[in-house]
Amino acid sequence: MTTPTPHTLAGETLLLLPEGAIVHPASKTLIVADLHLEKSSSRRDAGLLLPPYDTGITLDRLTALATSWRPERIIALGDSFHDNTASERLSPADRARLTLLGQHAALLWLTGNHDPIPPADLPGIWKAEHQEGTLLFRHIPTNTIPPGTAELAGHLHPKARITLRGHTLTRPCFVMDETRVLLPAFGTYTGGLDVQNPAISQLFTGPMQLCLLGKNRLSRISLPARVA
Amino acid sequence: MIAAAQRKESTLLIAPTGGGKTLAGFLPTLIDLAENPAPPPEIHTLYVSPLKALSTNIAQSLSRTVAEMELPIRIGTRTGDTSATQRKHQKKNPPHFLLTTPESLSLLLSYPNAAETFASLRALIIDEVHALAGTRRGDQLALCASRLNTLAPSLRRSGLSATVTHPDAIAAWISPTGDAADIRRITARGGAEPDVSLLLPDRNGYLPWSGHMGLGTTTAILTEIARTKLTIVFVNSRAQAELLFQELWKHNTDTLPIGLHHGSLGTEQRQRVEQAMAEGQLRAVVATSSLDLGIDWGDVEQIIQVGAPREVTRLVQRIGRANHRMNEPSRALLAPASRFEVLECEAAREAVAAHDLDGPPPRPGTLDVLAQHIMATACNGPFLPDALCNEVRNAAPYHALSRKDFDDVVSFVEDGGYALKAYDRHRRLFRDSLGQLWARNEQIMKQFRMNIGTIVDTPMLRVKTRRGKQIGEIDEYFASTLVPGDTFLLAGELFQFISMQDTTVQVAKGSAKEPRIPVYGGNRLSISTGLAARVRAMLHNPDAWHTLPQSVQNWLDMQRRRSRLPGPDNLLVETFPHRNRWYLVAYCFEGRNAHQTLGMLLTKRLEHAGTGPLGFVANDYMLACWSVREPTDINTLFDENMLGDDLTDRIANSAMLRRTFRDVAIISGLIERNHPGREKSRRQMTISSDLLYDVLRKHDPDHVLLRATRAEAAHGLTDLDRITAMLKRIKGQIDHVRLPRISPLSVPVMLEQGREKIKGGEGEEQLLAEADALFTEAESGS
Repeated sequence: MTTPTPHTLAGETLLLLPEGAIVHPASKTLIVADLHLEKSSSRRDAGLLLPPYDTGITLDRLTALATSWRPERIIALGDSFHDNTASERLSPADRARLTLLGQHAALLWLTGNHDPIPPADLPGIWKAEHQEGTLLFRHIPTNTIPPGTAELAGHLHPKARITLRGHTLTRPCFVMDETRVLLPAFGTYTGGLDVQNPAISQLFTGPMQLCLLGKNRLSRISLPARVA
Repeated sequence: MIAAAQRKESTLLIAPTGGGKTLAGFLPTLIDLAENPAPPPEIHTLYVSPLKALSTNIAQSLSRTVAEMELPIRIGTRTGDTSATQRKHQKKNPPHFLLTTPESLSLLLSYPNAAETFASLRALIIDEVHALAGTRRGDQLALCASRLNTLAPSLRRSGLSATVTHPDAIAAWISPTGDAADIRRITARGGAEPDVSLLLPDRNGYLPWSGHMGLGTTTAILTEIARTKLTIVFVNSRAQAELLFQELWKHNTDTLPIGLHHGSLGTEQRQRVEQAMAEGQLRAVVATSSLDLGIDWGDVEQIIQVGAPREVTRLVQRIGRANHRMNEPSRALLAPASRFEVLECEAAREAVAAHDLDGPPPRPGTLDVLAQHIMATACNGPFLPDALCNEVRNAAPYHALSRKDFDDVVSFVEDGGYALKAYDRHRRLFRDSLGQLWARNEQIMKQFRMNIGTIVDTPMLRVKTRRGKQIGEIDEYFASTLVPGDTFLLAGELFQFISMQDTTVQVAKGSAKEPRIPVYGGNRLSISTGLAARVRAMLHNPDAWHTLPQSVQNWLDMQRRRSRLPGPDNLLVETFPHRNRWYLVAYCFEGRNAHQTLGMLLTKRLEHAGTGPLGFVANDYMLACWSVREPTDINTLFDENMLGDDLTDRIANSAMLRRTFRDVAIISGLIERNHPGREKSRRQMTISSDLLYDVLRKHDPDHVLLRATRAEAAHGLTDLDRITAMLKRIKGQIDHVRLPRISPLSVPVMLEQGREKIKGGEGEEQLLAEADALFTEAESGS
């Protein structure tokens, strides 16, 4: 069994999971980002024949989380599908996995830059962004977070490269401060962007707190504020 | 050779470097063409060498010969550097001699007009066969040669090779049937015995404890350069070349003209040095293996090998660079870079004198190269699998290819060949009613042609000044560690890093800041097992030490006092803390490959023992593992039943297999390296080969690319018999010493390149837990 790490954001308690997802117990919601379903098949027509297992693996991992946490709702923070025609390429088995998920939880999909057009025939509803109480759910993080609220976003696939006792390791991670949590990408074939990259570090004016994904738990470390 | 050619026999000429091999290869063709006053405009002879520069150079000297003889013969080159205009011209008016490389030949064969282009081909000359056989480029060339024999059945082959350890295997490699018996072999007698001696630092220098750079010998090297007309100073890595070059110029008070030559320099810069050498304007050139092969680069009088020679065969070839006159001894100096390397240099000198060449025979052809060749064949035109399989088996590296492997590779090229048949709508190949396989469309063919080639380089970035002058290339990883203001050495000059844009690094002429040395990926060299055994014998016998320099004797003596010397029958194991980690060093002397395998087993054991292993590194003499916690109970760690552990799983998880898979994935076409117009977004487009590897292992464990990966990696590991024998032998003979700090004898392995990290294991979990505990402490303290 994995151990979640509690984190307070805009007065709400969130559980960060070592699987790279978040549970919001108050609203019984499971939150994931950047599934990139059907990434493997996105360029088959150009002759690129990647192992076609990614969608099945991603949905199985999501189903496993849904089975253990029994959320009433799942929010996917955009780029759930690798491109606008990805849903047409879903295998019947993967389509069935999605349908099953939709039967046990309400699905809320945010549109992302990879999937700006909602697919027609899948369970759940689609929105550009979503607000609930003090929490803002977005695909791309912004610098416009109204006072008293906080943002949960994806898009950037954060990962951290750190050196401990002379050993350098790279792990996907959550990045947060008082007003924001960036989620790591949940998809199977998704790469990562180093948290030191300006695209990420410029979002944070103070120190960045990181939660690195480990086998059964998360490890918290703090990165000092960016030198201007 | 001429007689053999007239009988249309294929030949293999084996001659020491400098025997005029290349010209001998061309003679039959020149005679043949000279007999015809107006030879028709078609390719008569194809020459393939492993180096672009070599093909270009041979073309130039051939052109001169042909001009002097006033023959109506046209000569052309076809390499990655050939311009579109030249290519068009060659198509309209084919040269009689075409000089090319394996990659360019594969590309030529992938065009629909290949049959026409090569229909009249009479001779195929393959130069430097010894450098190609047993490599992926060699596999590719062997497959292309097989194809050429199908297109031009009367084709005669000539192979040119330096002296090799396995002449029969080389003969089979050249043979159009893959059988050595079908080849006429001509072996030139060897020249005079080379004169090899050690070059140690003079009183201005210092021989360090370890390291591979050899800077302490700089002034002694300068003295030697001043004594002769032209010296090649060979080093083992590009970084070493840069440093030594810089150091030589620092002490070069007589301003002797000394040049620099390595693979990361711009083409123009390299050519300028080659030209200067040939014209006798230089007194010395500092070079890496970029000057190992090829024709005479001027009148070289001696070579100096700085740093230990890693293989005897390669050393012999480097020695052959000096003095291209058969009857005079080649003069060579070996300059060890550290005390340990004195032992290696001495062992190498003995091995050269004993004609003890090393190296295994060429390995069988790889399946990733076969996949590329099958796609190239399909781009040329439709093929029947049965016929292609026969053609492929005529190439020696694929002589023993099983039909299942062939079919699986075809199926991989066709639709990915996955156990899960998810999507059949998109394929690379389709079958017609006759059973022929066709490439699906132009776009796929175009893209494939951009990815032809079997050399997988660490991505390199161009280095340019602000005014746009191109300096050379540096490793992408090294570039990513630079911050503006950092300085580094390239092409013998100091540069200051300004910025990185796409694939270009912008620099300005450097500052006084301490420079960093670029690291280059492809420099992992290992010493052959034969040399390791010679070194072991030297260590065991203190009576023989008096032949070694004093500093080396002192070093071994210090080891004897601070720790112990490895005995002839036992296994010395040292454990000590160093840089916040616990090290275990085992002096096994079983060769690097055995130590690599042992490292994987031992770290698995350490993981079970709870020490949290983080990595290991091996050289030919010893193995070092490091962990978060102290390893104890060494006897249990080395227990005989270690081999019962799940070795397969450990190996499959290793960084080495992941690297191998990456190469296999790129060469076979699973992932792409070039895509038209996508250079900029390369980072976002590429899917890490590690992710694909993990997914395939779990969901498609028998996939042909995983089999290809395992087969390829098996050559970097060892047969387990050797480890079994060692574990049996040392049972109850383990000499464990627990030390307060690093031991003298362990220093070389601690600085060895090619560290294997244990990723995602208990060691990393322990480190992460520690970091988290620190965070909690800081939080509660504040």
